[in-house]
Amino acid sequence: MALLTCKDLVLGYDGHPVLSGISFEVCAGDYLCIVGENGSGKTTLMKTILGLQKPLAGKITFGDGLKQNEIGYLPQQTDVQRDFPATVREIVLSGCQGRMGRRPFYNREDKKTAAQNMERLDLSALAGRCYRELSGGQQQRVLLARALCATQKLIVLDEPVSGLDPHVTSEMYGLIRNLNREDGITVMMISHDITAALQEATHILHVGEELFFGTKADYLASPLAARFLALKGGEPV
Amino acid sequence: MIETLRMYMQYDMVRNALIVGVLIALCSSLLGVTLVLKRFSYIGDGLSHVAFGAIAIAAVLHLSDDMVLVMPVTILCAVLLLRTGQKTRIRGDAAIAMISVGALAVGYLLMNIFSASSNLSGDVCSTLFGSASILTLTKAEVWLSIILSVVVVVIFLLFYNRIFAVTFDENFARAAGTKVEAYNLLIAVVIAVIIVLAMNLVGSLLISALVIFPAMSAMRLFRSFRAVTIASAVLSVFCALMGILVAILADTPVGSTIVGMDILAFLICLGTARLQGRTSK
Ligand SMILES: Nc1ncnc2c1ncn2[C@@H]1O[C@H](COP(=O)(O)OP(=O)(O)OP(=O)(O)O)[C@@H](O)[C@H]1O
Ligand SMILES: [Mg+2]
Repeated sequence: MALLTCKDLVLGYDGHPVLSGISFEVCAGDYLCIVGENGSGKTTLMKTILGLQKPLAGKITFGDGLKQNEIGYLPQQTDVQRDFPATVREIVLSGCQGRMGRRPFYNREDKKTAAQNMERLDLSALAGRCYRELSGGQQQRVLLARALCATQKLIVLDEPVSGLDPHVTSEMYGLIRNLNREDGITVMMISHDITAALQEATHILHVGEELFFGTKADYLASPLAARFLALKGGEPV
Repeated sequence: MIETLRMYMQYDMVRNALIVGVLIALCSSLLGVTLVLKRFSYIGDGLSHVAFGAIAIAAVLHLSDDMVLVMPVTILCAVLLLRTGQKTRIRGDAAIAMISVGALAVGYLLMNIFSASSNLSGDVCSTLFGSASILTLTKAEVWLSIILSVVVVVIFLLFYNRIFAVTFDENFARAAGTKVEAYNLLIAVVIAVIIVLAMNLVGSLLISALVIFPAMSAMRLFRSFRAVTIASAVLSVFCALMGILVAILADTPVGSTIVGMDILAFLICLGTARLQGRTSK
């Protein structure tokens, strides 16, 4: 059974749809990239999957024992975070909040999970540093570590490389690839970088006026991809 | 000077003022960081004016214990302001401005029309700036302040991690299943309680200073949420103590003296941070 199945979703705000007819599924181990124009509703789709807003119509089902609050989420950054006094350790640990249940404090297990994920993303040396004093790439790694604390199964990433330089970008893609291939974590990623999306993903979801969902190979063969690639100046792989 | 202090300490009144002052300063500083970072400080400001209006109404109704009216009204407004603020930012701001200025105006009007007091401007001034009301607390008020402060501190400690999560990233918290709305509500109610408590200490116009200054000072110097929280609590308590003592010795208004201390502490922290920045570069 698929981890996540979306059927005939209509997404929008205050009853006004921005995107409709979305159907796709994500199976364990997949690496799904979501592409589309600015404002086509990619972030809206993510938020709906995470339960931050309700779909106007359609159905989202979770399978394989995945619960909605066990998805690791890496959001587009907000302003509040920019001047927030918090250490890397404090932020990564907050990824464990979904597992606290009624406990008021983090237990030893939570702290271990946080330490492991900092280790995994090479953040241990930065654990005591202040988040706002880190570079953009380091900040993204911190948020990724936090997302990993929240899940063993599925992470959703909203433009994880925006604002990063090419070197750090490819490092970030490398980290995500490792998580997917070696740790078996399913990945859903919104990306503006169509070239990279086509390199990294196993499946593509294209949203906008026209919709596409399928494997990377099928996408490359589609006329939609040809037009979109020409527009974005990306190269077919 | 020590002698004079020792003499003053023998008065229950002074001891009560110190105990209550310290507790209120502690409470108001705890949520300061959250308020500043969540851009909630405007709610605090609006609420303090609402509390002023409520006090005026209580005075007009000749309520012997104005807390009975002021506390529920302020809490209710906190909840309402939070609701409107969440829907649309801009209209939320306007709503707060309307409620807070409206409450000030109506409060003053009511006091003017109905007050039997011979010293009206004195009454208004002491409600706005606190004057000496901290030194004239009744036994019941002292106990109420102590109990509410303890409740606020316990709530803060129990929910410290959630408050951090909700303050740092609401959407992530919501996605992780944290009941963000409930915690925002909790934060708003606690702010309302703190504001009503702090009316006694610094008066309604100066409350925001009590909430914001220690947090801003601590944020200059420290880098972790925990350190900032602890430092702002310590700073706030220290400034309140110094402020009350200086006010008693120099016979200055308590509220503005405390806020003066907070400003001084902020400037010192600002200077220290500048110096640190220069040496580390
Ligand atoms: N809170 C909101 N209320 C109403 N409309 C919104 C809201 N957020 C986004 N929208 C609208 O919904 C549409 C989709 O927005 P969304 O953020 O999902 O786009 P996106 O595909 O993520 O764009 P980008 O690539 O720029 O990140 C846009 O037209 C936007 O104006
Ligand atoms: Mg987006």
